[in-house]
Amino acid sequence: MSLTIADLLKGEKAIIKHFVAKNIPLKLIEMGCIEGNSVELVQRAPLKDPLYLNINGTYLAIRKEIAAQISIEKL
Amino acid sequence: MSDRLKVALIGNPNTGKTSLFNILTGLNQKVGNYPGITVDKKVGTTKLSAKVKADVIDLPGSYSLNPSSLDEDIAVKVLSDKQNANYPNVVVVVADVENLKRNLLLYTQVKDLGIPTILAINMEDQMKARGITIDTETLEKDLETKIALISSKRNKGIYKLKELILNYQQLSLEPCFKSFESLLDKRDDQAKQQKHRETIKRYQFLTSVLNKSYGIDKSQVKDLRSRLDAVLTHHIAGYIIFFAILFFIFQGLFSWTEGPMDFIDASFASLSEWIKNILPDGAFTNLLAEGVIPGIGGVVIFIPQIAFLFLFLSVLEESGYMSRVVFLMDRVMKKYGLSGKSVVPLISGTACAIPAIMAARNIESWKERLITILVTPFTTCSARIPVYAIIISLVIPNESVLGGLINLQGLTLMLLYLLGFATAIFAAYILDKVLKIQSKSYFVIEMPDYKLPLLKNVFYHVVEKTKAFVFEAGKIILAISILLWVLASYGPGEGFNNAEEIVKKEYAELPSDELQTKIASYKLENSYIGILGKSIEPIIRPLGYDWKIGIALITSFAAREVFVGTLATIYSVGSEEEISIKNKMKKEVHPTTMKPVYNFASGISLLLFYAFAMQCMSTVAIVKRETNSWKWPMIQLVGMTIFAYVSALAAFQFLK
Repeated sequence: MSLTIADLLKGEKAIIKHFVAKNIPLKLIEMGCIEGNSVELVQRAPLKDPLYLNINGTYLAIRKEIAAQISIEKL
Repeated sequence: MSDRLKVALIGNPNTGKTSLFNILTGLNQKVGNYPGITVDKKVGTTKLSAKVKADVIDLPGSYSLNPSSLDEDIAVKVLSDKQNANYPNVVVVVADVENLKRNLLLYTQVKDLGIPTILAINMEDQMKARGITIDTETLEKDLETKIALISSKRNKGIYKLKELILNYQQLSLEPCFKSFESLLDKRDDQAKQQKHRETIKRYQFLTSVLNKSYGIDKSQVKDLRSRLDAVLTHHIAGYIIFFAILFFIFQGLFSWTEGPMDFIDASFASLSEWIKNILPDGAFTNLLAEGVIPGIGGVVIFIPQIAFLFLFLSVLEESGYMSRVVFLMDRVMKKYGLSGKSVVPLISGTACAIPAIMAARNIESWKERLITILVTPFTTCSARIPVYAIIISLVIPNESVLGGLINLQGLTLMLLYLLGFATAIFAAYILDKVLKIQSKSYFVIEMPDYKLPLLKNVFYHVVEKTKAFVFEAGKIILAISILLWVLASYGPGEGFNNAEEIVKKEYAELPSDELQTKIASYKLENSYIGILGKSIEPIIRPLGYDWKIGIALITSFAAREVFVGTLATIYSVGSEEEISIKNKMKKEVHPTTMKPVYNFASGISLLLFYAFAMQCMSTVAIVKRETNSWKWPMIQLVGMTIFAYVSALAAFQFLK
């Protein structure tokens, strides 16, 4: 199993590698979650969920279950 | 109307689109409904030049034309259908200068629809601080459009924008992408794949365009965000700050609004008095003085609380803090079928369920939003307080326990508040299990930059929401209060029509003012509503109530706080001083059991009934408006009433 956004530690950056479009909200894709874009874990909420991300300059939060659908390559 | 220009504003949330709308239209704006749906439609007029006026429509904030919420659906409906009454002559896409690429995604989609499209790049004032440079001419050429650099905060570039709108016929209608088939109304997985690929292509295009004309020097960015986030979303400090803010809001909501609310109450009372004095006696005068005016008063009295609540919410929203609360609370709420975004309605519900239910709109999952709407009325709203206060004072001893540490009456009130929250959460949990609604919770929330709220935006927001409450809920409250007045003022047959003679015969020796109140209560007993009260007595007897409480239950069906007033009338207490009602209530003896009507068992039963029953016409009305069907408010009404009945029944039968 490859690494996903859910595996990122606070402050870590990575490149988005792959995801299956039907498993994640289209809104997320439109906000810049696209293969090749950078992603940084800004912060985790207290109970480890949701995740506060910086995707290519857009700051947003998503739930862990979605984050686990998006595989990455750490920088 | 038709020879005027129609201009539509569209843009991502948090781009200052609404600020621009406020600048263009000022107070010449109104909120309506799109036919058949509950999303607010904001339209206004603006003067483009000395001669030309335009209707401006503020489309809901959208990230794209692939709708993922009710609000975003609207933009698509308006822009993709030339027959739509709101179809514009020209669209202004408002974009945030800092996140231009993402904002331009929406631009390319709008442009592809073949409508003249202008690009307004907002927050021009931020460019220097953020080290941003834009080559407008090159960008205009590559995007085949005209660009206005504006600052809605500093009111800059508006003139240029108006000029561009006036000359919209010179705009190119060439789409950015010719090859994409229209996927606007397709939602299956295959269409999603296609939209995914399409989005990637659009981004590739935008990246190559922006490489030529857009520069950002990241070293210039001073990071207010990370410093504030470190505290505000901290796993301990974050919650402490959140609860401190909540506490502050509650304080404000109850203590600062007390003065204005008392003033409104008194004003309407004297208005009624005045009407009675200047108009000749008669049914019309009574309807006005006892039905219509108190009815309007019942709406107006909530204005201070609602305005305050929206003031607080608007400031929290505008500053960017609300997204952090949602972020902090999501995990906790998710367990119960709610969303982090449900926190706002649940908190607001302690003031009044009406604005609270309206605040549930931000929740993108229909199921989570519906559950939020359905459970919000369980939270202890301010209208329950007068009911709780009088019953607690009757049946709970005013004693302290634990060495004077805890007052039993205060403890009971606090328990009732907790009971409200707990029931809401519990009901959400059940509904989550029961409701078979397929709606994937695609929780995505943008975490916007922190910024100081613009006074103007806050002001418009408060005015708009308060107006919506007054007119939408007001109509219903007014209608019900008139109906109640009629039912209480007329009755069939001898008992009602000859009340005066009957009472005078029986109590001939009483002084005249006491006689009057006796007559009034006799009339009420024989009025339509009195008869109704008696007819429901068999149903409510197992709960420990008599027919008089039955009347109060019926009249307070429109609004809980009516309970106390009705009992005051029934027990023929002329003045509304609570102490005297209380004494009368204390003396009430059940005709069959010869026990006090208000004893511990029936009191607890009443408290539970009011904690759980819907008993609020305005909430029914707003739920109808927000869910756009009678189905959900009816389910809610019946469900809550049954739950209330069963709980009250169990409590009374167990305790008696």
